[in-house]
Amino acid sequence: MIFRKKVSDNTEISSSGENAIANKEIEGLSQGQIVRRRFFRHRAAVFSLGVIIFIVVFVFTALDFRFLGIWHVKGWWKWSPEDLPELRFGDCPNDTVGCPTISLLPKALGGNGIGLGDHPFGQDDIGRDFFSLVMKGTQRSLSVMVVIGFLGGTIGTVVGSISGYYRGKIDAVLMRFTDFIITIPAIIIGSVVGYHFGNLGAMFLAFYLGLFAWTGLSRLVRGEFLTLREREFVDAARVAGASNRRIIFKHILPNAVGVIIVSVTLLLSGAILLETALSYIGFGVVEPDVSLGLLINKYQDSFTTRPWLFWYPGLFIISIALSINFIGDGLRDAFDPRQRRRISKKERQESASARKLAQAND
Amino acid sequence: MLAFILRRLGILSVILFGSSFILYNMAAISGDPLADLKLSTDPNRDFLIASLTRELQLDVPPPARYFLWLKGIFGVFIGKPDFGMSRDGSTVAHSLALAIPVTIRLVLAATIFAIVLGISIGIVTALRQYSRFDYSMTFVSFLMFSLPIFWVAVLLKEYLAISFNNFLREPNVPIGWIIGLALFSGVFWASIIGGSRKTFWLAFFSAALIAGSIVTLFSLSGWFLNPGLGPIVITAMSVGIAYGVTQLSVGLINKAALKASLTMAGLTLIFYYPAQWVFDKHPGSLPVFLMACITITIAVFVGLSFSRIDRAPIVRTTIITAVLSAGLVIVDKFMQTWKPYMETDAINYRPVPTIGQRSDLLDTPDYWLKSLDIVTHLFLPTVALTLISFAGYIRYSRGTLLEVLNQDYIRTARAKGLTERTVIMRHAFRNTMIPLTTIMVVDFAGVIGGALITESVFGWSGMGTLFRQGLLGYDLNLLMGVFFITATLSVLANLVADLLYSALDPRIRVGGGA
Repeated sequence: MIFRKKVSDNTEISSSGENAIANKEIEGLSQGQIVRRRFFRHRAAVFSLGVIIFIVVFVFTALDFRFLGIWHVKGWWKWSPEDLPELRFGDCPNDTVGCPTISLLPKALGGNGIGLGDHPFGQDDIGRDFFSLVMKGTQRSLSVMVVIGFLGGTIGTVVGSISGYYRGKIDAVLMRFTDFIITIPAIIIGSVVGYHFGNLGAMFLAFYLGLFAWTGLSRLVRGEFLTLREREFVDAARVAGASNRRIIFKHILPNAVGVIIVSVTLLLSGAILLETALSYIGFGVVEPDVSLGLLINKYQDSFTTRPWLFWYPGLFIISIALSINFIGDGLRDAFDPRQRRRISKKERQESASARKLAQAND
Repeated sequence: MLAFILRRLGILSVILFGSSFILYNMAAISGDPLADLKLSTDPNRDFLIASLTRELQLDVPPPARYFLWLKGIFGVFIGKPDFGMSRDGSTVAHSLALAIPVTIRLVLAATIFAIVLGISIGIVTALRQYSRFDYSMTFVSFLMFSLPIFWVAVLLKEYLAISFNNFLREPNVPIGWIIGLALFSGVFWASIIGGSRKTFWLAFFSAALIAGSIVTLFSLSGWFLNPGLGPIVITAMSVGIAYGVTQLSVGLINKAALKASLTMAGLTLIFYYPAQWVFDKHPGSLPVFLMACITITIAVFVGLSFSRIDRAPIVRTTIITAVLSAGLVIVDKFMQTWKPYMETDAINYRPVPTIGQRSDLLDTPDYWLKSLDIVTHLFLPTVALTLISFAGYIRYSRGTLLEVLNQDYIRTARAKGLTERTVIMRHAFRNTMIPLTTIMVVDFAGVIGGALITESVFGWSGMGTLFRQGLLGYDLNLLMGVFFITATLSVLANLVADLLYSALDPRIRVGGGA
């Protein structure tokens, strides 16, 4: 059944009119402008970008922010994870304690009005405000994710571009080194350091995970460099006397930047899942620090009685990872020159009528 | 070619040597295996420490101890590998031998489901690019990408296992569910089939009607408590399989292939009762395996006898038809076992477990009951792993097929006037499978060591559990045993993937000039 496909569906056999539309659109625009335009046309990606920005601002301004004891910014949320307010009980369903006070149903529809209440996400066993815990955990997970993405992205790009550009012995050595890193489980390094220096905190976790996260990216970048260095414009630059450094930074890297950005976004969404998974099985962020994976691990048994302790951390993980994946998809579409936008029926008709008009004028 | 393989193997063994050496020393300095003993107040503490030290050779410094361990591993070449002892006194080889089958059982079915489902959905989305089906599948696959498995597992336990068990207490599907399922199946099939508005609604209504009436029938007849297919339904389904496989494999236009696979469907009916007899009188894995061999032999024979020319595709078609139909007979046998299984004391009408790899209470010599017990315990982990991993295959196969469909040879094939089926199945699909095959190989090797979180969520004791045990208990030999197996498999799989790629795609040469 799936083979009953109209030939006209195929973009390849499309009329030259579509190409004309596509070409006309990018006339006189720089590469950056084209990419930006294409990206902003991807509705899901733009929406996800908005979601991510909102989450970051929302989460990082919620709690008090201290920097080395000299810089102190007050957060907008009244509780902090260290506070121990009294455990709410009595008005919760099924005789549970510390249920969430968040309400999204307006009064007109029989709800309690839209509002956060005292403990929007409820309270944990000892009464700590779960909203502030989730905020703290999300801050941890987000910063771990950024560090992993930055480190992995940088090392992967450097290793990949050097081995792809210079080839030969350097390439062989670097790629075998990559294989070597792939075989070592990152957890072991964490446990060695944990034994000798105690728990060094979430940032250190992010650091050593980042040192192991670059392998896939470096292979990709290497492949990209291997193809790009054979292209005519690189030959032209070399004949014109450009140095290796100039060729790499001015000629090849800008052409490979699409691949790099896209895979770094995928690395980011993988990183947040990796961090939460490691914390879940006890090899990642450990108490008294807070992480989304740790929260889920701690309260999974209370799912039947107090499901909110399980739902909210999970929802934050999913919305972050999902938004980043969609942004990555939008970037891939934006950077891929072969990717052509779906031409709408209206545009096709307009172009056809314009062509007819032009023929008539001739 | 041989030189290439040997050179690669040489490099790989150097890499493995280096990483295992570093890993061994790292793990050795990560903690003291005697720490808990030193703190204990046991009167024979010193004796325990001494014996453990002797057994694990802890008096040798780690870099030297590594070579003792390596010497044991080199026993592989003389057929007697020695992985050393683990802390609890058993040999690591024994623990590995127990864990590997468990892990394979856990991930094999999920990986196969993920591949088959992911690739078929990916191909359909590529063929229906920019359709509503495509967009919704893109969303679903991104959602699956973003789900943490430990979170999904808890949800599945609660909503799939426990509610299904509750449902079985009174197995009547509520009318709202029936309507919902019918609508879902209508939308699903209609968007896959696509086409004009008329075909869309036709497909929608027929799919919704069929799904709705099947569920209603199941609900009214108490099928969920006493399921089964029976010879009639099996034959009808086999005929459907025969048509479907023939269409996909060689096209319905090939009458010989159609006749051959319909014969296989008929033979399924004839062999149904003898098969039941074998199942009941000679239960066990060996008879099932023998019957599978017989089925394939008959299929080859039928395929050959129906074809004059072009034999291989027809034999292929009959074999696929026969294997799928025979699979139905096995599924039917499991369904027949369902009722006695639920009636056992260990199960007591709550058949879907949330944890563990088998019911410890189930004490029965019956082969089919035991097998069904394994299947029910596999159910949740398989669903969770499939959900997590099939999204990647959807994205990848969609992307690859779209790229292939833009190639010149596809245009040539269309211009020659080949049917759409031939263009898709023979020209596009096969070329899509080249990069996918190599990914699959690496995936299969990766899953042996990769289910650490799944195992811990569902309480299975496989390779991931051993790894964790070794890491937390500073049990070097155990840790290194797990590492050795998984690392070797993964580097070998990468080599096999490279070789396969060059075998499948003649444009790629390995080792030629380099």
